[in-house]
Amino acid sequence: MAHDVPSRRLRSPTTEAPAARYALMALALLFLALFLLLPLAAVFIEAFRKGTGEFIAALGEPDTLAAIRLTLIVAGISVPLNLVFGVAAAWAIAKFEFKGKAFLTTLIDLPFSVSPVISGLVYVLLFGAGSALGPWLKSHGIEVLFAVPGIVLATIFVTFPFVARELIPLMQEQGNGDEEAALSLGATGWQTFRYVTLPNIKWGLLYGVLLCNARAMGEFGAVSVVSGHIRGLTNTMPLHVEILYNEYNFVAAFAVASLLAGLALVTLVVKTLLELRYGADIAAGRKH
Amino acid sequence: MTTPAAASVRWRLRQPSVIPGFGLTLGFSLAYLTLIILIPLSGLLWRTASLSGSEFLSILTDERTLNALKVSFGTALAAAFINVVFGVIVAWVIVRYEFPGRRIIDAVVDLPFALPTAVAGIALAALYAPNGWIGRLLGYIGVKAAFNPTGIVIALVFIGLPFVVRTVQPVMEEIDREVEEAAATLGANRFQTVFRVLLPGLAPAILTGFSLAFARGVGEYGSVIFIAGNIPYVSEIAPLLIVIRLEEFNYAAATAIATIMLSIAFLMLLVINLIQAWSRRRYGHGA
Repeated sequence: MAHDVPSRRLRSPTTEAPAARYALMALALLFLALFLLLPLAAVFIEAFRKGTGEFIAALGEPDTLAAIRLTLIVAGISVPLNLVFGVAAAWAIAKFEFKGKAFLTTLIDLPFSVSPVISGLVYVLLFGAGSALGPWLKSHGIEVLFAVPGIVLATIFVTFPFVARELIPLMQEQGNGDEEAALSLGATGWQTFRYVTLPNIKWGLLYGVLLCNARAMGEFGAVSVVSGHIRGLTNTMPLHVEILYNEYNFVAAFAVASLLAGLALVTLVVKTLLELRYGADIAAGRKH
Repeated sequence: MTTPAAASVRWRLRQPSVIPGFGLTLGFSLAYLTLIILIPLSGLLWRTASLSGSEFLSILTDERTLNALKVSFGTALAAAFINVVFGVIVAWVIVRYEFPGRRIIDAVVDLPFALPTAVAGIALAALYAPNGWIGRLLGYIGVKAAFNPTGIVIALVFIGLPFVVRTVQPVMEEIDREVEEAAATLGANRFQTVFRVLLPGLAPAILTGFSLAFARGVGEYGSVIFIAGNIPYVSEIAPLLIVIRLEEFNYAAATAIATIMLSIAFLMLLVINLIQAWSRRRYGHGA
């Protein structure tokens, strides 16, 4: 891929005239500013519109604190579960040749093509009052819908593919050579995974967990359907943003939103650093 | 047929391997997949199947359902088209040009993946509402960009952009410069090279990006409802109608709309995939 252009004075035949170049650049930057950068800036500007005092007061509200706690709990349960699944699925799919592998990979990607609202709906149909399970759950005092378990399930559903999707192409590219060497030297299966595979995939794994976590903390549609919107009890941060916004409490809404936007920024920065530093180690996962 | 040769090619689930853990990992993956994804999704189909044909048809032909579906698919198509045009330009600028802040721009493209949809929704509503920064400017030229279908398109453009850029970008990076040089030596001007040599080769990737952005747009909820205005028959999207029907405990209608949405979306993706396979054979850079 070495394309040496000896002289910059004459325009290379494989680039555009300066005027076209600047026009395209300006167009791209204007578009990104209007659609990405301004909305991001708006979140922080609106949050601090009435000063830092109001901002802190809005975040100190008990309902807001409860929403932050619930979001942390939900992500704390669903991300590790999807992490374990992602590693297991990637091990089975990348290390072995078996019948139906392509079909399994397609099924894993399925939640990406389902509307978040439908992801929530399926659990309402499964556990709701009208379902086969509903009355049984009710008579045993088990609450799934409009309670934390339902929110966790919906979050797991929408974040299901993230880790697996990063790891499968990465582990496929790395092949089985290292593991076979370790096994032939007498390592057990677990030792092989712990000391050979895990170091090989750790950056790709971190990358997947990062994306999974961002989505888990930010999920709105699916969680909205199963949560019941009980203030202080089943409101996650994104749902709380909606409630505050609909109450015209804009400073508080944007204050909570700015926390989530901060999380998104941290995610982007870590993601970019990972790509810059360990690009090769996670590269396979980047080619969708 | 009991010769040794026949035995050696007998059907087997997997190729032999010295690596351990196949049963454990595949078993766990399948159990988890079944519990979390397959059982709930088949519950949706089962519920739909238990509706009578006339019931299903009356929900589908309900004026409000039809309008919601039209709004969802129409705005998603429009947004995907806009994203294809600007996504290709953004990808081109990032891949081909050197300028200060290029890396930051590259990273910013992923913002819609990382920013929660509800946050995007209220931010876009604040900007594009008639009293917002951009909305006020647009008001002077008589454009209303929020609380109508235009607002929905704006939200879906935000959501869909990275799908196009991230599918097109890696293929663009792989383009062999010799192709362009060949076109130039054969007398093509730059415009001809770009539009008749480069873009056709990118077609499969562009189509993939288009279909990903479109599929995401059809189902999108969080970022849309704040800017859409949610006026029934005008700017009410199908996912919102599902939520409304659920809140009315009208499970039959919610289920039917969900099934129709899934079916149309899968059908359109199938068609796009077919076109894509064709264009890959015809033009592909091997996307």
